[in-house]
Amino acid sequence: MSKNAKSEAKNAISGWGLTPVIETYLQRPESLSAITKVLHDADFAIARGAGRGYGDLAVSPNGTTILTKCLNRMLSFDDKTGILLAEPGVTLAEILDVFVPRGWFLPVTPGTKYTTIGGAVACDVHGKNHHCDGSFSNFVNKLTLVLASAERVSCSRDSNPDLYWATLGGLGLTGVIVEIELQLIPVETAYINMFCLKSKNLDETLALFDKYESQHQYSVAWVDCLASKNSLGRSILFFGNHARLSELPKSLKGHPLYINKKRQLKVPFEFPSGLLNPLTISVFNNFYYNLIPTFYNLAYSSPENAKNNRIIDYDSFFYPLDRIIDWNKIYGKEGFIQYQCVFPPATGKDYVKKLLSLASSEGRGSFLAVLKRFGKQNGKEFLSFPMPGYTLALDMPCTKGLDEFLIKLDALVLEAGGRIYLAKDARLSAETFRKMYPKFPEWLAIKNRIDPENHFVSSLSNRLRMHTP
Amino acid sequence: MSNALVIGCTSRIARSLAQKLAEKGYKLYLLARNQEELMRVANDISVRFQTDVITDVFDAVNYDSHIEIANKAFQKLGSIDLAVVSLGELGEQEKAQNDFNHSRGIIESNYTGVASILTPIANFMEKQKSGVIVGISSVAGDRGRQSNYVYGSAKAALSTFLQGLRSRMAKCGVHVMTVKPGFVDTKMTYGKPGLFLVAQPEYVASEIIKAIDKRKNIIYVPWFWFFIMLIIRSIPEPIFKKLKL
Repeated sequence: MSKNAKSEAKNAISGWGLTPVIETYLQRPESLSAITKVLHDADFAIARGAGRGYGDLAVSPNGTTILTKCLNRMLSFDDKTGILLAEPGVTLAEILDVFVPRGWFLPVTPGTKYTTIGGAVACDVHGKNHHCDGSFSNFVNKLTLVLASAERVSCSRDSNPDLYWATLGGLGLTGVIVEIELQLIPVETAYINMFCLKSKNLDETLALFDKYESQHQYSVAWVDCLASKNSLGRSILFFGNHARLSELPKSLKGHPLYINKKRQLKVPFEFPSGLLNPLTISVFNNFYYNLIPTFYNLAYSSPENAKNNRIIDYDSFFYPLDRIIDWNKIYGKEGFIQYQCVFPPATGKDYVKKLLSLASSEGRGSFLAVLKRFGKQNGKEFLSFPMPGYTLALDMPCTKGLDEFLIKLDALVLEAGGRIYLAKDARLSAETFRKMYPKFPEWLAIKNRIDPENHFVSSLSNRLRMHTP
Repeated sequence: MSNALVIGCTSRIARSLAQKLAEKGYKLYLLARNQEELMRVANDISVRFQTDVITDVFDAVNYDSHIEIANKAFQKLGSIDLAVVSLGELGEQEKAQNDFNHSRGIIESNYTGVASILTPIANFMEKQKSGVIVGISSVAGDRGRQSNYVYGSAKAALSTFLQGLRSRMAKCGVHVMTVKPGFVDTKMTYGKPGLFLVAQPEYVASEIIKAIDKRKNIIYVPWFWFFIMLIIRSIPEPIFKKLKL
């Protein structure tokens, strides 16, 4: 029980997946000294950015959840090197708004721009460019944290490297991140030169990755995971590079770094649970699979004889779902799980097939089944999710039998030597976690050293018993 | 180019206002008590809007320092077109009832500190014969309520001070605006029970800027607080004292 329990009311909050809902004391410090005070008053605490993590990683049950929303100040920017120093509550959207017009872009971005950079560090997020650029941590030069001792400490690859690597992907459990030095990348335009293909089945999907990935900084496949038999793994593949100025059509050349703000739609309330069932999803998926290619004017896996290249603004390429505010509510109040796993490359293809067959045979489809190939990781992170291989992400509404089904998937992932993404997890067991993250003991040794009284606790860290071996 | 002095810039409303002023091309001079937070807010504005920001540390209750701080600001900027004062803390009513030192803190940060810094600023502007002074008061000053009358009385004093200053300065072309925000989503209100219609600081800031352009005298933000306070003010005292407000 936190010490401020008497004066403050409890709040029940959840992650982006709307489940589980957990009681916590919310605090929203507006200054660095306020963080220290909040930490001092709380027995247990965890920082929370935009709440875009899907599961229970950014809520401290019966402890204090520290919202970083008001700590969103940009502290310095070097326009020669593209190095930005900022506070954790700065969102990716803010960075894009400020720096794209000056010719700089995020080095790595997940599928929403409404996450904070603090969250991006804590989850060591990845994007469509993982196969060539790695994860977010590759572009984080320096971090400053407030530790459990209230001490403010900076770390980098050279100084306090243990703390640095334990914090990247460390789910906020090492302390409150208060400053992040991030390397932005230069771009000539705010546009992506995109290239789409449609594949008939998984073999073809993976073959197309092989064929086109090396020439494209960004790649991802949307998989129709309700398609079965010969069509299993049929996909639409998206490849892209930042468009050069010379590639833009005349109409855009005058203002290459500006894009029009788009109108956003808002899901006004939670939809009835069960609206998304195998039937509606399969109708949607069929519709999408057939319509999108028409929209983009694609041909079946034959780029050479079709005009498949399009210039598209970065918002449309990276953040199509951000146009629908609160899209998570379409799953109803029962919420949903986004199951994201990665399979090592050697057997990855077979396991992706196995997983898709299982999902297809049990009718547990998904709007968003996303397949992507990961490249190399730095290797020094302890709890980062990415590893070389294939990653697959599926959204599944929380319905009866989902837990049992996901346990089957866990077994499959374990058998392959893969792991699941903790930023999206709300139900993994402590035992399975230890098998999936073999470097956990090394991480725990650092955690015990810097947070000996286990001050930083989340619902996820309780569930996975991350305070003990 | 116009120059703006923002006093108490680390509050959410004032920070948002400062950002919007920087976006409009104002050259900014920011004052706040906490040096580190002041620098963070100033640097943020420099980075986002690619503009230089001047800063100085300012303590509302260190009255003796105010003339010099104001002097410095006018010297460095040459002239000041807009001065915004956003100072004060809500405090705790219950504590204030039992401990006058706590009451005094509330009164000084909300009223005497503002009156003190506005004295040299008003005199400079009077000589300058132009400029706008914006004081952030509160709807709480419109009627004394048992739940926050210490804070309310300080804000009432501020509103009256600004009102008198407005008449005085009108003769020399200086405009004085009183802002009375209702509930705003800041650390003053965060987590407090019983709030309704809570406005975002960004909204309040943009309403203030619109009102400056229109040279309004007194504004309620959001606007409907004018009517809420009209009703609250019109309740006869015999009835009002029996209410729990």
